[in-house]
Amino acid sequence: MVKVKVNDIEVDADPKDNCILAARKAGVEIPHYCWHESLSVVASCRMCLVEVGETKPDGTVAMGPKLVPGCQTPIKEGTIIRTDSSKVKTSQQMTLELLLLNHPLDCSICDQAGECYLQDYTYKYGKAHSRLDEPKIQREDKYHIGEQIALFTDRCVMCTRCVRFTREISGTAELQVVARGSHEEIDVFPDTPCNNKLAGNVVDLCPVGALCSKDFLYKKRVWWLKHADSVCTGCSTGCSVQVDQNDNKVYRLRPRENPQAQGHFMCDEGRFGFKYIHDERRIKYPRLKAPSATTNATVRSTEPSDLTFADPWPMVLADTRKRIQTAIQNDPSGFVVVLSAFMTVEEAYLLASYIKGIDSRTKLTLGPIPIVGSDDLYPKGPKGQSPAADKVKFTIRAEKCPNRTGIEAILRHFEGSVIQAESLGKSSASAWFVVGGYSSGWVNEKIDQAVGTPSLLIVQDIFPSPLSERADVVLAAGSFAERDGTYVNHAGLAQATHASIRPPEQARADGRILMDLAGRAGLFNAMALRKEIGTKIPELSAIATGDLGEHGVRLAKFANRPAAAKS
Amino acid sequence: MSQTEFKPVLLGRIGKPDSQSLASYRADGGYEALAKSLKMANTEVIDLVKNSGLRGRGGAGFPTGLKWTFLPKDVQGPIYLCINGDESEPGTFNNRVLIEEDPHQVLEGIVISSFATRATTAYFYLRYEYGRCYRALQKAVDEMYANNLLGKNILGSGYDLDIYLHRGACAYICGEETGLIESLEGKRAWPRIKPPFPAIEGAFRRPTVVNNVETMACIPHIINHGSEWFQSMGVPKDPNNPRDAGSYGPKLYCISGHVNKPGLVELPMGITARDLIDQHGGGVWKGRKAKAVIPGGLSMGFMTNAELDTPLDFNGPGRVGCLGLGTAAVVVIDDHTSMIDVLYNSCRFFEHESCGQCTPCREGTAWSTKILERIREGKGKLSDIDLLMEIANSIGTIPGTTICGLADGAAWPIKTAINKFRGEFEEYIKSGQRSQSLALAGAH
Repeated sequence: MVKVKVNDIEVDADPKDNCILAARKAGVEIPHYCWHESLSVVASCRMCLVEVGETKPDGTVAMGPKLVPGCQTPIKEGTIIRTDSSKVKTSQQMTLELLLLNHPLDCSICDQAGECYLQDYTYKYGKAHSRLDEPKIQREDKYHIGEQIALFTDRCVMCTRCVRFTREISGTAELQVVARGSHEEIDVFPDTPCNNKLAGNVVDLCPVGALCSKDFLYKKRVWWLKHADSVCTGCSTGCSVQVDQNDNKVYRLRPRENPQAQGHFMCDEGRFGFKYIHDERRIKYPRLKAPSATTNATVRSTEPSDLTFADPWPMVLADTRKRIQTAIQNDPSGFVVVLSAFMTVEEAYLLASYIKGIDSRTKLTLGPIPIVGSDDLYPKGPKGQSPAADKVKFTIRAEKCPNRTGIEAILRHFEGSVIQAESLGKSSASAWFVVGGYSSGWVNEKIDQAVGTPSLLIVQDIFPSPLSERADVVLAAGSFAERDGTYVNHAGLAQATHASIRPPEQARADGRILMDLAGRAGLFNAMALRKEIGTKIPELSAIATGDLGEHGVRLAKFANRPAAAKS
Repeated sequence: MSQTEFKPVLLGRIGKPDSQSLASYRADGGYEALAKSLKMANTEVIDLVKNSGLRGRGGAGFPTGLKWTFLPKDVQGPIYLCINGDESEPGTFNNRVLIEEDPHQVLEGIVISSFATRATTAYFYLRYEYGRCYRALQKAVDEMYANNLLGKNILGSGYDLDIYLHRGACAYICGEETGLIESLEGKRAWPRIKPPFPAIEGAFRRPTVVNNVETMACIPHIINHGSEWFQSMGVPKDPNNPRDAGSYGPKLYCISGHVNKPGLVELPMGITARDLIDQHGGGVWKGRKAKAVIPGGLSMGFMTNAELDTPLDFNGPGRVGCLGLGTAAVVVIDDHTSMIDVLYNSCRFFEHESCGQCTPCREGTAWSTKILERIREGKGKLSDIDLLMEIANSIGTIPGTTICGLADGAAWPIKTAINKFRGEFEEYIKSGQRSQSLALAGAH
């Protein structure tokens, strides 16, 4: 650590920091466009110009004669950074005026408005009027630039973050700068659009409204969006994301920086893969298919038109509880629970402790783990080849579920080992409690056969499946955006995910269903449950803090693994 | 040494029949300097060049020997020498004459410099437009390979060197040291941020020296005649300025513009602009007077008629507000020419050539061109003059707002034109006149 002074505020900074990072530690913002932590330094936008000096051994201060880019200038013991001098302020004003010269100022129809660095910096560091009297340069919009990306060419500030991203992170190098000087533009080669699996990130990287996501384009003004910290459930990388929703509808996912998980980015599979949560086919109401032999409950329709049945849950859950108890009484070792790798640790814990609490002879198993292809490593080489292990900056994992590690820890604690539900074959189990929650059809032949037609089949899921079709009880559950809880990624990083929307109609988040089913007092509270789990299960002791912070915590078992992300 | 006695050194063989051939060059004592250097230690060659006070002829005037010493001492793997032949500063044509007429002189300098810097590969970056230069060079290089002056074991010394001729892609920015390196690597010629400087990490991330063609042409003569001989020409160090490295040696001056006899002359450093124009350029044409003179390529800015007694050495032009000596390309502008048109032309050039990397240069050069365009159409405002000055003052490496010096080159003509001809700008704007040269639009 070295001591630097930023506008007279003394702060300890890492000697590897540049002036922007050092100033950030002092709570001082140095505005910048082209610099990004995970991309190479080009120092070309010139927005981050500051005055830098040093303290001489005799205590005197010597300031450099020129402005220097904060992004490119390293710090050392005694470095002095000034961002509040008139020289710096004049330069910032001029740079912003220059950047806005040919900018169309079409904020009213621009998707970026509200989260635009041209807007923000102009308010903070710019001036109200432009002295340009001449017509602006007009440029063609480029909708062809990518399947998911549109380029509004005239809004571009030529920071080249997007170009560097495709060269340094995705390695696919589709984007480039064409032409020269004030006529230069971002473009792609003819017929080679920017469609790589990480392409969506260039929209986030773009500090202005030049690169927009076609998926989100003109759907919502960003200031109406409410944000929740969440975790992508697309694969076991477990990218930290932010879910942006309004009026119970999710509009977009964006990566949330997490050096412990994935770094700054996320893949398009995850970014655009959330649509299923609003799918019409989702199970929206709990259902009891046939009356249980031991109760007198009748089959009831739970369609919304039936106003006499406003809240089906108390009855459904009471009935389910009875059926479970009866089934376990009749054949304890024939009662099989299938935990899904889409469940949170808390949900799995609730279900496991409830069932094992009734009779420890019951069997807990792990549901199918979706594997698609092999791990996809970035940056790609010139011929599309994978990078060497030490050069990997982003990985899209083949394991397409978020929480196998966490569920396995629960299974090891309650069952002693991890049994794959699919491996049971045509079993003689008489009762099944199957949890789904997968983003797409997950019931394969093996699990279908293993379950067969038992005397009791309870399915807790979000989509209809062959199992839910023949289930005695269907519990309409929640998607990732509707759940609170903990996911543990491939590298043992336990991250908290927060519900951003309510489940559709009468569906409920799994945690809430299981709290009621287990007859536990109070509401589902992930934080309290984490504390309970952390103290009871040694393997998960790391989450006993309850609050996992923005970046999550590593399970002790994985503590020696290197941080997953370099990007 | 007075100017009348001065015998051209670099241009000594120009005009001789068959001056491009190896046989003719050898007949005039060519490659003796190379043979001599190869018998010396490479550090001795560096010291000799350092002691001669030779400063780079490309524009910035950085001491050549000193630049060579910046290379890391114990370096494993290759060192590269790049020759900057991307001569694109408006008004400059000395490299062209040197290469077209006497390529072996330049090439001998390159081999000696490569030997001194321990480079085993030299890249000759030549601007694309110089087709004749390219052919002359290629022929000369072929002759050298055939005569053991290039390739393995040059002249039995055990030293190996290969030269690659690289034709550029027609951009001004490729003449910037690191822009040239990027272009050589096959990328957009966007100048690099420094540090690291090319001596540490240059072409293909290896230690690299970039030198100008005219600098290379000086090297064989320094080897042959010694550093004292070289220092006998030019302007000695200013004793009152400890940072002055002196302006020694012969210099090629390109004379163009409104003179009777445009051309290239070689003189000891330090001739005044007035003497140069009157004695060597045949005076201003049509009996007119010079209104403004560009001392060293467009990017150096303008001198007024009253400032013409300024010596054209490395320090002279700076004393009258110009950026420096630059490439010593003197362009004369007569008193019938509107400075508004001249400045417009200058801004248009730099707008076209700005690489577009740094915001201030990319937008500033384009904006100043637009303003001048408007003024030329008779729609100027008096406030435009201050605005032009503000733009000029806020772009370039001197305020620290750009990566390379192109923006300084764009700013200096604006600053000097407005500072020195402000009255003309004000009158022009007040009168609301349209530029007469607008009628010529499309003629060039």
